[in-house]
Amino acid sequence: MKFNKILTTLGLAVLVLGASSVQAAELRIGVEGAYPPFSWKESDGTLKGFDIDIAEALCAQMKRKCTMVEQDWDGMIPALLAKKYDAIVASMSITEERKKRVDFTDKYYNTPAKFVAKKGTSLNISKAGLKGKRIGLQRGTTHQCFMEKHYPDAELVLYATQEEVFQDLAIGRIDAQFSDSIAADDGFLKTDAGKDFAFIGGDQHDMECHGEGAGIAVRKSDNKLREEFNAAIKAIRANGVYQKINAKYFEFDVFGG
Amino acid sequence: MGDAIIAFLDTWSPIDLVLIAQNFDRFLLGAWVTLQLTFLSLVVGGCIAVPLAIIRAGNNPLLNAPVWAFTYTFRGTPLLVQTYLFYYGLGQFEWIRESFAWGPVLSQAWWCALIAFSLNTAAYTTELLRGAIESTNRGEVEAAKACGFSKRMRLKRIVLPSAFRRALPAYSNEVIFMLHGSVVASTITIQDLLGVGRWLNGRYYLAYEGFITAAVLYLVIVLVISRGFRMWEKNWLQHLYPHDAVKTNPKKGLANFRI
Repeated sequence: MKFNKILTTLGLAVLVLGASSVQAAELRIGVEGAYPPFSWKESDGTLKGFDIDIAEALCAQMKRKCTMVEQDWDGMIPALLAKKYDAIVASMSITEERKKRVDFTDKYYNTPAKFVAKKGTSLNISKAGLKGKRIGLQRGTTHQCFMEKHYPDAELVLYATQEEVFQDLAIGRIDAQFSDSIAADDGFLKTDAGKDFAFIGGDQHDMECHGEGAGIAVRKSDNKLREEFNAAIKAIRANGVYQKINAKYFEFDVFGG
Repeated sequence: MGDAIIAFLDTWSPIDLVLIAQNFDRFLLGAWVTLQLTFLSLVVGGCIAVPLAIIRAGNNPLLNAPVWAFTYTFRGTPLLVQTYLFYYGLGQFEWIRESFAWGPVLSQAWWCALIAFSLNTAAYTTELLRGAIESTNRGEVEAAKACGFSKRMRLKRIVLPSAFRRALPAYSNEVIFMLHGSVVASTITIQDLLGVGRWLNGRYYLAYEGFITAAVLYLVIVLVISRGFRMWEKNWLQHLYPHDAVKTNPKKGLANFRI
């Protein structure tokens, strides 16, 4: 009797373990959901945006079933390493500092970074011009690296999400903000809250900080998955799926040179 | 020698101690901000709490109701929500942004945190003190009456001093809760102790290093606070222990008292 019980328990355990290993074939993708137009959350909770569409297109190309896992930007890489998901498709720039922790695929887009401030501001973006000015940016981004490297005298105000940066810029808590130009344009300047604001200065780029563009991050041990993604990126670039998604969000080619 | 130590740590330590050491001044600065926010809000909150507790313990319904509403609201909602309401909520209204209070106070994250924290701890301290006031030994009050103390005098000389003392152990918890609650400041751009941990994580993508350093420093602060309160209690609550026993062995004395 007792022995039977043990056998049943063991049998169940095997079943459960078996089931979970079948589930592992499913790919979990870490996404952010607070970075329009690349990713945002609709009021009903569904995730939308360029990153989300690209992730789904890549999954379809790889013929893998995918689920999107939402994660705050702060914990994006730690959660990947903790196996909460298997890849990050969240506009993450390929940089040297991040390459120490994770591996990246080839880029899937590349857009320049810019400053945004009130229209007609006297602010100029020289080193001296931003001295002591409050510049808002999202913590843990390439832009934080850029600002700390090139504007050590500016007062950096760090936010958890890009949306909060825009919010505080709109009500004047910060003098300017520094971010991806597309995120600023679509997420802020084209909205009602951003109508009195404009880009100041041209494109900013620093190879060490900004890297070659946004790629998909995977754990260092997952080279096979990385190669799978690379092939899929090439494939959707070639078969027109990428261009279709591009056209849905932007009037120009975000893939970059 | 120094290089040898660094090389040794680089290869053998599971966490990047060198990075922590390099940024330790930032952590100390963050700890300073945390201490500032915690203790200033405790002072402000405490000053608000004393009159409110007297009202709550009294029986004037006209005054009692709004104070009850205040403590109920601030104890019934999370500190994070309260802080967001002050920081993001108030900034939404144009008339507030144009008022005199915006520039020097409400536009600053630090002030928003201080206001929210002060009101929050004021609410908890009010109820804590109210309990202590209400549980004042009737005999003490009667003795004061017999000596001809006025109501005001009774409050000042007998009820409040005794209530403060008895509220002390519970208040030490409130102080530690406030210290822990102050991490909320890091969500509204303040570089407090946790804020520096998050900065390190954001800069180097090392979650463990940033947060473990912050955790250890919080632990040290809590240790100092709880030690301080224990000494304070020994002094202030002396009269509640059996007297002779305390002098020789306070712990044993208390045990005897319970039997």
